[in-house]
Amino acid sequence: MIAVVEALIAFVLRGWTGLAVVLAVVIATAVVARIGRAMLPFVLATIPLIASILLINTFLYPGATDTIVRVGPIAPTWTGLEFAVQAALRVVAFALSVAVLGLTTRPDDLVSDLERRGLGRRAGFVISATLRTVPRVIQRAREITDAQRARGLDTEGGIVRRARGIVPLAGPLIFGALNDVEEQTMALEARGFSAPVRRTVLRTFPDSPGQSALRWVLLGVLVLVVVLSVTGRLGFLP
Amino acid sequence: MSLELRDVRYRYAGTRQPALDGVTLTLEPGRVLGIVGANGAGKSTLCLVAAGLAPATIGGRLDGEVLIDGIATASARPHELAQRCGILFQNPAAQLSGTSPTVWEEVAFGPRNLGLALDEVIARVEAALGALALAGIADREPDHLSGGQAQLVALAGVLAMQPAYLVLDEPTSQLDPHGTELVASALADLSRANGAGILVAEHKTDLLQRLSHDVAALVDGSVVAHAGADQLLTDRRLDGWDVEPPSSVRIARAARDAGAAVPELTP
Repeated sequence: MIAVVEALIAFVLRGWTGLAVVLAVVIATAVVARIGRAMLPFVLATIPLIASILLINTFLYPGATDTIVRVGPIAPTWTGLEFAVQAALRVVAFALSVAVLGLTTRPDDLVSDLERRGLGRRAGFVISATLRTVPRVIQRAREITDAQRARGLDTEGGIVRRARGIVPLAGPLIFGALNDVEEQTMALEARGFSAPVRRTVLRTFPDSPGQSALRWVLLGVLVLVVVLSVTGRLGFLP
Repeated sequence: MSLELRDVRYRYAGTRQPALDGVTLTLEPGRVLGIVGANGAGKSTLCLVAAGLAPATIGGRLDGEVLIDGIATASARPHELAQRCGILFQNPAAQLSGTSPTVWEEVAFGPRNLGLALDEVIARVEAALGALALAGIADREPDHLSGGQAQLVALAGVLAMQPAYLVLDEPTSQLDPHGTELVASALADLSRANGAGILVAEHKTDLLQRLSHDVAALVDGSVVAHAGADQLLTDRRLDGWDVEPPSSVRIARAARDAGAAVPELTP
């Protein structure tokens, strides 16, 4: 809940204050959960996006005239730089919030608890299946690649050669997945997936009154921030 | 009480040729009915129709009647049929839910869908895992199983539903001899002790010889012979239907052809 609220606030709240609060909370959470080092890949993944944000806004911010330095046609501006840094930090805050959620919560536990709280079985299935689809597709792609290589397909080498190899790989991957969907649908029906009863909950998670109260407080804070931000009453914040 | 197919004719959506044509079969509780036939003879289609999944889930046109304990599958809801008739597909990977983090939870997927009490779910899962000697891999991820293990887990998932009838489409296709033996024992126990009616479509006639009370032969979607297992599995017409007889029958014939004094097995 903390991670979700942080991620949302990072984008709702303009200026430096929201960012500072969100980053402080994320870092504190990471320290408490001892996941600081594991969060590094999440930050690294944002580098291409951050680089493009910094370059585009610093050099091409529309209407800005407070030039930092002019070198021929290139004229970075202070306004553009400030906006770029804020936007970049917002992306970092969002990525770190996602990292906190991902590193502290097993997807299966999340879905299981959501189901216990009334999430429909179809929605739960879609979330679980989606989370597990990527590794399965990668595994299948590897199998198809091996099979095609065994039959002489060249998947190494230059870009053109690799591009040529995509069609014989993508075809079986896509059509195989579509073929599986029909069988999986039948298999689900054969295992009572459409039964009109509530699914048995396998696991329950400890949830103290303090945790519950904190969730409600966070939800309240989120709603308050959104309302105040939308109505323009947070303009006094730096 | 039985699973009955009465003059069943079924064709898949978009095709004119029937995949099943005039099939009449009855499976009674506690009995095992084997189905033999060449590839493309209609065994898998027969399994889908018998379990009520065709046409309910995959469409197509069904003529005739399929009744499970007197309930017509054409008018029953899939979840109602799921509690009466379980089905195991040829491809175990497609049978697994793809949402469970462990084998244990995968086997629990069906019972949980039925909303059973947690104690009941646990008892069913433990029994199914025990029957197929899967307790040792209960904590493994289903995505990382071998083909044979996945087939056993898929079968355990079906057993955990405790249906009155089981329809199994080549349940041992990916299993080694030990795995095949496990499945044979589990199915024999299920039939004998629990009174489950089991329909098994199989190429391995050795398994059917051990397990089945009756066997039906399918050719081009029609039942061309239906008799006791001892009688049909020694029938000389099997070769003509592209069905390999059990090894005991082949050995006896080879010995006889070599001049040994082996009595004729055909009743």
